[in-house]
Amino acid sequence: MAKDIPDPIAPEKLIEEVLSAYPAKAAKKRARHLGVAQPAAEGDTEIVSKCDTVKSNVKSVPGVMTIRGCAYAGSKGVVWGPVKDMVHISHGPVGCGHYSWSQRRNYYTGTTGVDSFVTMQFTTDFQEKDIVFGGDKKLEKTIDEINELFPLAKAVSVQSECPIGLIGDDIEAVARKKKTEIGKTIVPVRCEGFRGVSQSLGHHIANDAIRDWVLEGEGSDYEVSPYDVNIIGDYNIGGDAWSSRILLEEIGLNVVGSWSGDATLAEMENAPKAKLNLIHCYRSMNYICRHMEEKHGVPWMEYNFFGPSQIAASLRAIAAKFDETIQANAEAVIAKYQPLVDEILAKYKPRLEGKSVMLYVGGLRPRHVATAYHDLGMEIVGTGYEFAHGDDYKRTGEHIKEGTLIYDDVTGYELEKFIETMRPDLVGSGIKEKYPTQKMGIPFRQMHSWDYSGPYHGYDGFAIFARDMDLAINNPVWGMFDAPWKKSA
Amino acid sequence: MTALRQIAFYGKGGIGKSTTSQNTLAALVEMGQKILIVGCDPKADSTRLILNTKLQDTVLHLAAEAGSVEDLELEDVMKVGYKGIKCTEAGGPEPGVGCAGRGVITAINFLEENGAYEDVDYVSYDVLGDVVCGGFAMPIRENKAQEIYIVMSGEMMALYAANNIAKGILKYANSGGVRLGGLICNERQTDRELELAEALAAKLGCKMIHFVPRDNIVQHAELRRETVIQYAPESKQAEEYRQLAQKIHDNSGKGVIPTPITMEELEEMLMDFGIMQSEEDRLAAIEAAGA
Repeated sequence: MAKDIPDPIAPEKLIEEVLSAYPAKAAKKRARHLGVAQPAAEGDTEIVSKCDTVKSNVKSVPGVMTIRGCAYAGSKGVVWGPVKDMVHISHGPVGCGHYSWSQRRNYYTGTTGVDSFVTMQFTTDFQEKDIVFGGDKKLEKTIDEINELFPLAKAVSVQSECPIGLIGDDIEAVARKKKTEIGKTIVPVRCEGFRGVSQSLGHHIANDAIRDWVLEGEGSDYEVSPYDVNIIGDYNIGGDAWSSRILLEEIGLNVVGSWSGDATLAEMENAPKAKLNLIHCYRSMNYICRHMEEKHGVPWMEYNFFGPSQIAASLRAIAAKFDETIQANAEAVIAKYQPLVDEILAKYKPRLEGKSVMLYVGGLRPRHVATAYHDLGMEIVGTGYEFAHGDDYKRTGEHIKEGTLIYDDVTGYELEKFIETMRPDLVGSGIKEKYPTQKMGIPFRQMHSWDYSGPYHGYDGFAIFARDMDLAINNPVWGMFDAPWKKSA
Repeated sequence: MTALRQIAFYGKGGIGKSTTSQNTLAALVEMGQKILIVGCDPKADSTRLILNTKLQDTVLHLAAEAGSVEDLELEDVMKVGYKGIKCTEAGGPEPGVGCAGRGVITAINFLEENGAYEDVDYVSYDVLGDVVCGGFAMPIRENKAQEIYIVMSGEMMALYAANNIAKGILKYANSGGVRLGGLICNERQTDRELELAEALAAKLGCKMIHFVPRDNIVQHAELRRETVIQYAPESKQAEEYRQLAQKIHDNSGKGVIPTPITMEELEEMLMDFGIMQSEEDRLAAIEAAGA
């Protein structure tokens, strides 16, 4: 199988070794977050393995280098930031806004600075006097200035940084006042960074803000059709939502709203009128789906557009919720793209087959991309999430084989040890992990930003995905890793 | 010049901290001491009786107008009042907004960095109500006040607040040099007030520095924006404040690390004095009254 592992070490043994470096208390805590995918219960045909034995969504151990983010990152960086015709104010001192400037490669159409604002950065730039005397007046002034400078901005969201909660500013009152004055939706979001254990609570808070300040509005006059769906939890990284939308439209569905990659305020307002919510990133947006189900009667389902086998399965499952025309369309679309899939596999599978992969990503991809690798004949030997909850680990068993190393909220030290010992053929994680891994001589792809490539969703995305993995793994540079003078003669 | 003495007055809101401290400081200045007052209350009323007017130019308001404290000069915020007492007020936000505690920290740092503490014998901090957050504990942190004087009375909540402040002092006493100077009882004419104050002092392990009797002349002076020392220097009350000032002056270096008690112990103390019933007795009494 994975050829480059010199001495295969049992994952259980590896975990034990890694934990031995910690003080007893930390080791005890961390032990609950590390595990090995167990055999599925007998008779359970839905899952490949049982991965829900690790503890998740709890506070990181003090002193370790966690890879997690904060609630502000979850709200501003993930959920709200991509909504393109709104201005998102980083409310507080300048740092949080500065370091989240430009967003996360959430592509969008529109003219930046005129009707779209995703890559721009707005901040109230708190100074000491704003802390002491409160920042509400400055926030009002900022909203006024935005309204004057960018008249085509449809709405404003207020993304709270830590000090806002500490000094107790009443941003809700400002939002209500400004809404009356300028007639635009103003969304106060209480996503102070100190709240919760990771960015995950920020997603939840952001979802709640959509519920309370967008969906509770006047409603929309959108005229419904029987084939209306929403894409939920696709942030259009490198154009992902676009390559997903193509397929949904090709099978005859009408995408009302894209949440929140390339989204507009109107799309969000129209969303409750759709027939079905299709959720890609379950972790960050299941909350709003559950709300729309309860309040507006919109059912929801999860889908996966990474890799041809999951795409086909998802298209069929989605079509099954509609009539026979749509179902027939789905089959036709799958058949239409089969030659493309065959071509990709013919080209890349021989170059990638049997290669081993370790993943460490956010809240969805550690399970969702697994089957895309499987389609290329590759093997996942370890995977884990930064901020998943128990229900995510339950869902992981669907795709992950028994014996896979599972790590939750992995620390910098643990991940490095795992990679160093297992020496997989590829590691997929974030920018902080990229260079240490490459310095070990191991190929790496960023799986948050697609390493400035993408899209990876849909059939078109799969072609790019396969090419990128090949570029990383079969790059000739890895053959030159050892200094020539150190090579034995 | 002797070493700089830094003292602070704490106590429950409305107990008379500002009045007591200003009268005491007016008496201290009569003894030839050079004094700086640092008002740490957003209401900025810690220097009113010394200046005979409310200080308008607080550190934080001027800083907010100018942009930041870096843009301020010490002269802008320091006014000279009764017999050369230097007066500053931190100031702060209106009630209900912003962070007054952060304001106190900013203001004290500004005053220190800009030499306000040079050429004075005493720095006196007058701090609002209870120690509600870190900012209001600023004067009891390291290298600030050496002695804290708690102004209290025989009222239960004043006793409770005094005990709480002692807890705050204890927290910083081991890391820094802060000590509890003692209790100053500002008479409210409650039951067995002097004995209660002395009993609490004994529990806290500190001195009852002075019992300031209630006298309406304090009101008369206050209404004229004056201390009693200035308004009626020959009065009996002025003499009381002079005694208090002398005791504080002589108390240098004699502060203690307090031994605060629990709420239960405090209630027990009140029960021992026969001015409070036990919870069970009281509930029984309420029931009996209702039946």
